[in-house]
Amino acid sequence: MLRDQYKNRSLSVRLVLFFIVLVFIVRLLVMQLSGEYKDIAEGNAFYRKTLYAPRGLIYDRNGKLLVYNQPTYDLMVTVKEMRDAARDGNPIDTAELCSLLGMTVEQFEERMADIRNVKKNPGYSQLTPQRFMTQLSPIEYAVLQEKLRKFPGFSVQSRTLRNYNYPYAAHVLGSIGEVSQSMIDRDPYYRLGDYAGVSGLERSYEKELRGENGVEILLRDARGRIKGRYKDGAEDRMPVAGKNLVSTIDIDLQILAEDLLQGKTGSIVAIEPATGEILAMASSPAWNPSNMVGRLRSKYYPILLNDGTKPLLNRATQGTYSPGSTFKTLQALVCLQEGAITPDTEYPCSGPASTPIRCTHHHGSPVSLGNAIEQSCNPYFWLAYRDLLEMNGYGEDNANFKKQYEVWRSHILSFGLGPKFADTDIAEQVDGGVPTIKTYNKWYGERGWRALTIRSNAIGQGEVMVTPLQLANAAAAIANCGYYITPHLNRADSMKTHRHETTVAAEHFAPVREGMWRVCEYGTGRFYKVPDVEMCGKTGTTDNSHGKPHSIFFGFAPKENPQIAIAVVIENAGFGATWASPIASLCIEQYLKGSVERKALEERMKTSVINPDVKKF
Amino acid sequence: MSRNFSAIRYIDKWSVLLYFMLVLFGWLNIYGASVGENQTSIFDISYRSGMQFLWICVSLAVALVIVLSDGKYYSIFAYQLYWLAILALIVTVFVAPDIKGSRSWLPLGPFSVQPAEFAKFITALGLAKLMSQPHFRLQGWRSYFQAAGMVLLPLLIIILQKETGSALVYLSFVIMFYREGMPGIVPAVGVCAVVLFVTVIRLGGIDMFGIGDASLGLFLGLALTFVLFLIFTAHYTRDRRCVLYMLAGAALVAAVTALLRLFFVKVNPVYVAVGVVAVSSLYMAVLAVMRWRRSYLLALCFLVGFSAYCFSAGYIFDRVLQPHQQMRIMVLLGMADDPTGISYNTNQARIAIGSGGLLGKGFMQGTQTKLKYVPEQDTDFIFCTVGEEWGFVGSAGVLIVYLIFLNRLISLAERQQDRFVRVYGYCVVGIFAFHLMINVGMVLGLAPVIGIPLPFFSYGGSSLLSFTILLFIFLRLDTTRIERTR
Repeated sequence: MLRDQYKNRSLSVRLVLFFIVLVFIVRLLVMQLSGEYKDIAEGNAFYRKTLYAPRGLIYDRNGKLLVYNQPTYDLMVTVKEMRDAARDGNPIDTAELCSLLGMTVEQFEERMADIRNVKKNPGYSQLTPQRFMTQLSPIEYAVLQEKLRKFPGFSVQSRTLRNYNYPYAAHVLGSIGEVSQSMIDRDPYYRLGDYAGVSGLERSYEKELRGENGVEILLRDARGRIKGRYKDGAEDRMPVAGKNLVSTIDIDLQILAEDLLQGKTGSIVAIEPATGEILAMASSPAWNPSNMVGRLRSKYYPILLNDGTKPLLNRATQGTYSPGSTFKTLQALVCLQEGAITPDTEYPCSGPASTPIRCTHHHGSPVSLGNAIEQSCNPYFWLAYRDLLEMNGYGEDNANFKKQYEVWRSHILSFGLGPKFADTDIAEQVDGGVPTIKTYNKWYGERGWRALTIRSNAIGQGEVMVTPLQLANAAAAIANCGYYITPHLNRADSMKTHRHETTVAAEHFAPVREGMWRVCEYGTGRFYKVPDVEMCGKTGTTDNSHGKPHSIFFGFAPKENPQIAIAVVIENAGFGATWASPIASLCIEQYLKGSVERKALEERMKTSVINPDVKKF
Repeated sequence: MSRNFSAIRYIDKWSVLLYFMLVLFGWLNIYGASVGENQTSIFDISYRSGMQFLWICVSLAVALVIVLSDGKYYSIFAYQLYWLAILALIVTVFVAPDIKGSRSWLPLGPFSVQPAEFAKFITALGLAKLMSQPHFRLQGWRSYFQAAGMVLLPLLIIILQKETGSALVYLSFVIMFYREGMPGIVPAVGVCAVVLFVTVIRLGGIDMFGIGDASLGLFLGLALTFVLFLIFTAHYTRDRRCVLYMLAGAALVAAVTALLRLFFVKVNPVYVAVGVVAVSSLYMAVLAVMRWRRSYLLALCFLVGFSAYCFSAGYIFDRVLQPHQQMRIMVLLGMADDPTGISYNTNQARIAIGSGGLLGKGFMQGTQTKLKYVPEQDTDFIFCTVGEEWGFVGSAGVLIVYLIFLNRLISLAERQQDRFVRVYGYCVVGIFAFHLMINVGMVLGLAPVIGIPLPFFSYGGSSLLSFTILLFIFLRLDTTRIERTR
């Protein structure tokens, strides 16, 4: 045989083959070790189905269930499945679906267009179920479920909605709503379409109540059909139920408080002095919390938002009022503490002829402290306030006077007045106000103001502003003889570390309490004394620019070992003694005795209408 | 009888071992890729893995028959088999039903077979017989015509069956021709043609300097042609001086053009390139006439031919190729995106392989393939399953096993004294290599989408059986070497 002259060509063939396989392996190396395809593959195949955690329940202080969950159903649509079915000659009967859902075909098309609009629905994918309609009721769901298989692409996802045992305490409990984009940006836990507490306790305890949503990883094939669970659920996460919350609210008291406020604008706050627990916090007008749930929410929210009586405002914590004559009790305490007066100090009173502040009551003269509180004598407190501020004279550039003003101010702040409570779980609050030296300097000039300039402060009609919550808290501080625990709504939190001492020594409280007791025994509060209960209180009637004076009462009961401190503000109702005092008295009776025996009074207060625009929503 | 037993004894154990490795691993992957929801066993014949098991059994039986058969008949009846296969192919064109646009499946009772698959080894046998004739040399027009005709006849008929992929496999015989003495310039020209085609098509749309008609692709194509021409001329004419002249001339022209450009005279570089090519062609023609040597004429043909090819590449692309073929090429070159069509396949294939990582997701854990994101995951795109479930280690391993397998076959072919067996052996190497190259290249996004199976891996009875026959005839013929020496 001839010598094979091309034998060496086999080497070239081998080399070419080797080179090609080498290129393939390098290519594999680049593709498989870059890691960038792994996420894409998971995005393709994994459908992460959220398993919603049941939200924690909310109880009142006596274990009565206030807020619970009810099942609801969201109708979902997977656009691709719907299209595939239509292409396979099995289009859905839009008209039938619409009649089941109670919508028109135009609304249906509009909704579908919105779902597909990436601007309006940033998370849109034609492969994943999109929310078509939220919160179907169990009845709607039952009707729909029977026929669901006739509508390929449509599925139902169950969720829970809040439900309420009592149509009360809306401001306290708050509500949940869809998370906003900014919330999602702040907390990556949330996904578009999730719900979160947006006000009240639901907002303050969102993290505890929400629990933790679980996830079920399902496998989805190329046509979007679910083909089973990934690794048989090994990487699924079960939802963790939210923690239950026991609130400090006494629902029976809350109900009474809200009912007493019917037809009126105003607020009632009741606190247990020893613990700072808020027993009731009512604001009127209010709404039935069930109306702010689910699809009703979108109907009611705008109504509440636009109503002239501002029902969304929680007047208990967001309304600020002049404390009026109730403030005289704090004035007395500060003056005693600073030695401007003693319990025996007497000041003359000329009745309505007094200057610079006239007295609105007729009583003997001169008056001592107890009498002054009982009779709410304006001249007494003006003179005591003046003596306090001018104790060290005015000094150079009024420096001594200003220093004394600052002393007075810090005493007042120690009762929880001024800025809102920082260490509490109340979601919505505004600051009250006790003016600083700076403010007065700005208004009147460095040397332009004296005791006389700010005399209105003496009787709580000046620049001092309080929220009803602060007022109730001040009552609690007096009830405790010198300290308060920050008012709060979560009973599980003892708030022991939130004890705040007032700067007034305990021994000064006795004469003031005595005066407050006399108010309820002999003074402006005497008509509405709770039978067999020693009450301490002070009424207030505060002039304001919106019409009739606000009717105010604050106090506590019983006198020894007080169980409840309360503040009542009825806007534009007139005398404190006529409205706020009886309402507070009824609340105290309810709380201390468990029920109200003065039915006629209760009925009269409940049915009296002061502001005809007020209605419960 | 004793001779038949010797065939089993002397059959190449390495090749058989590698064959089993590939077939069994392929079978596992078909199971992994196509396992149904209710499938409990890999042997369940209502599913593809079960069917593949049946086909493996059939293939092994056929392989045994081949090993036990008398080796000399393959040589004796090679031509008769060849013409029978041609007949079958022609009949198929007219008889076969239209399945997804292809007319290549011949229904035979409950099965249908693809004659094109079997025509491969028969053509290889025919070629082996032709080229093992005494005094047959790959020289002169006549021998080339015979050999090329033998390849092109089935190729054209298969194109008529609209099975372009299978038809292209016949190009793999180039490897054998090369080994048997075909000048290296032929495959080189083929590679050049592909490179030029890609250059012109890929860069054709880019306009140079904002002058109309100044296509960057065309310019680069011509420039490349000119460079290749210079190399060709230097190699064949061994006339260094004329090559230097032309190189200097071209460099001068380029410099002048660049200089003009500096003075803001815009000259269309395509025209300049055409001018250079034209002058060089004239020069070659003059030399060819003056010195009367064929090498100059060949160089002239090379230059003119490829220049014309550059100009007509666009035309070929637009008119000769069908729209779906154009799309596949454009997608491969990154010129077009077709997310719901052909790009979908290649993208999903890439995602499948890429997501496998180093060690893969584990047997039957591939989400891309199991959930049918990758189309044809158990046939043409089976390599995706390997990549996804077995990772880099598995897929690179498979490629290495193939490389060892092909090398083993080359070694077997090289040890033959009988030219018939060697030619046949190289045909086998070529066919396997071509399938591997195109199939894996397609899956990895390095070759256009051409639907041909990965030998021993892709699901399908016809392909497994035909590859088995192809291989085992060679292994059987290999043992005749020992019979003869005994």
